[in-house]
Amino acid sequence: MIQIEALTKSFRGQSVLRGVSLTVPTGAITVIIGRSGGGKSVLLKHVIGLLRPDSGRVLVDGEDVTQLSGEALDRVRRRYGVVFQGGALFDSLTCGDNVAFPLREKLRLPRRDVGPRVEAALAQVGLEGVGAKYPAEISGGMRKRVAIARALVTEPEIIFFDEPTTGLDPILVNTIHRLIRALHERYHFTAVIVSHEIPSIFEIAHRVAMLGDGRIVEEGPPDTLQASANPLVQQFIKGEPEP
Amino acid sequence: MKATPALLRPVELLGGGAVSVVEALGRFGAFFLEAVVVLFTPPFKIRAFLDRIHYIGYRSLLIILLTGAFTGMVLGLQIFITLSRFGSEAFLGPAVALSLIRELGPVLAALMVTGRAGSALTAEIGIMRITEQIDALTVMALNPMRYLVVPSVLAGLLTFPLMTALFDVIGIFGGYLVGVRLLGLSAGTYFGEMQTFVALEDIMTGFWKSVSFGVIVTWVATYKGFHVGHGAEGVARATTQSVVLASVLILVWDYFLGSVLP
Repeated sequence: MIQIEALTKSFRGQSVLRGVSLTVPTGAITVIIGRSGGGKSVLLKHVIGLLRPDSGRVLVDGEDVTQLSGEALDRVRRRYGVVFQGGALFDSLTCGDNVAFPLREKLRLPRRDVGPRVEAALAQVGLEGVGAKYPAEISGGMRKRVAIARALVTEPEIIFFDEPTTGLDPILVNTIHRLIRALHERYHFTAVIVSHEIPSIFEIAHRVAMLGDGRIVEEGPPDTLQASANPLVQQFIKGEPEP
Repeated sequence: MKATPALLRPVELLGGGAVSVVEALGRFGAFFLEAVVVLFTPPFKIRAFLDRIHYIGYRSLLIILLTGAFTGMVLGLQIFITLSRFGSEAFLGPAVALSLIRELGPVLAALMVTGRAGSALTAEIGIMRITEQIDALTVMALNPMRYLVVPSVLAGLLTFPLMTALFDVIGIFGGYLVGVRLLGLSAGTYFGEMQTFVALEDIMTGFWKSVSFGVIVTWVATYKGFHVGHGAEGVARATTQSVVLASVLILVWDYFLGSVLP
């Protein structure tokens, strides 16, 4: 379980997170929604230990990652898989080598075990045969799927998706969402997805939390959130412009 | 917080500037120290090291050969003209060799590699930073220093002396082409006097300079890449700063070493 407690963060005097508290249950898909520039990715970076908060805690199974560094933080990170907004594939490596990278470097698997696992991971995301291509040679949607395969190949307990469908067409958005749901049904990992794909993201979420004005303004199952009387939530879900 | 009186604002600005400079120097030093610590901690990334030798060394060969040859030719011509005024053309060989081995070889080779490989290294690492590839390494619990910085610094340490040696040899040959083939000095005089006047300590001076330049250029290039600003403009700015800072440090350090080494 991940517990975020009263997290605050400012950049050059501008407050981005103003006391975010959220619980991410183990084995569930938790989606964080909110307006662009609202601090969703900043929140995610705190959970994966890329940013330090001004105050507050992030507890992963009781261990405060904001207080960890070096090997202790790496021990927690070995349980993570992360799909970055732009994929963050290593552009000097082929797609196959990108997926193989965490197996070789993180798990230190012998060469003979890496190949079959890479092929299986690429097949799971529907990308058989693209292993020899470089990230620059494939489409944006394919890059996202390679990134998902790379995050998944080590079978992590917790996977973070930072806007995994940004910039994709609606068909690809649904394809990626279904892929995440299918993979979750198979591996039962804890998923945290930052997204503003409304309403399609509600189809795969077990819990949804809305970040607004630097705080969690509403959280609960998708139905509860959609029926929320909170004007901020309704404005966001309906995509109404500012009055 | 109480506002600073107008009269004291320049002092405050000066103090703020000084603090920023000291902080930046501290970060620069801490970055290098971390690289040194990682360097002596396994696992060692041999493949990344070989890739960097290819990237920094092999791909800089053409520019080193070209600039080395023309530097030697210019030296041959100018020193011959100067020496001929005193009737001392016989010393052309040692004059060209000493200028190249002690000074121009290490400095010009380092400046050339800074322009070619140092800038490319900063841009590559900077793009990896802004596209979150470095973050991806970090969240895989892998130290980016081990994959990007240490192999580059080690490759600089190895390739700079080799490229400097090549620069020197080609430069001496360039001096031979102009002095002997074009201006009529005998080949025996050119090379014979060189053996008399060039000592091992001259070669070692050039060697230590090139080794330290290798560290300086790769240190600056990787540091600037790691600490890049936002977007394409940030990468462009970091690349320019990397080349300017490395070039200035090469010249400053060259003077310092020239004063200390025999």
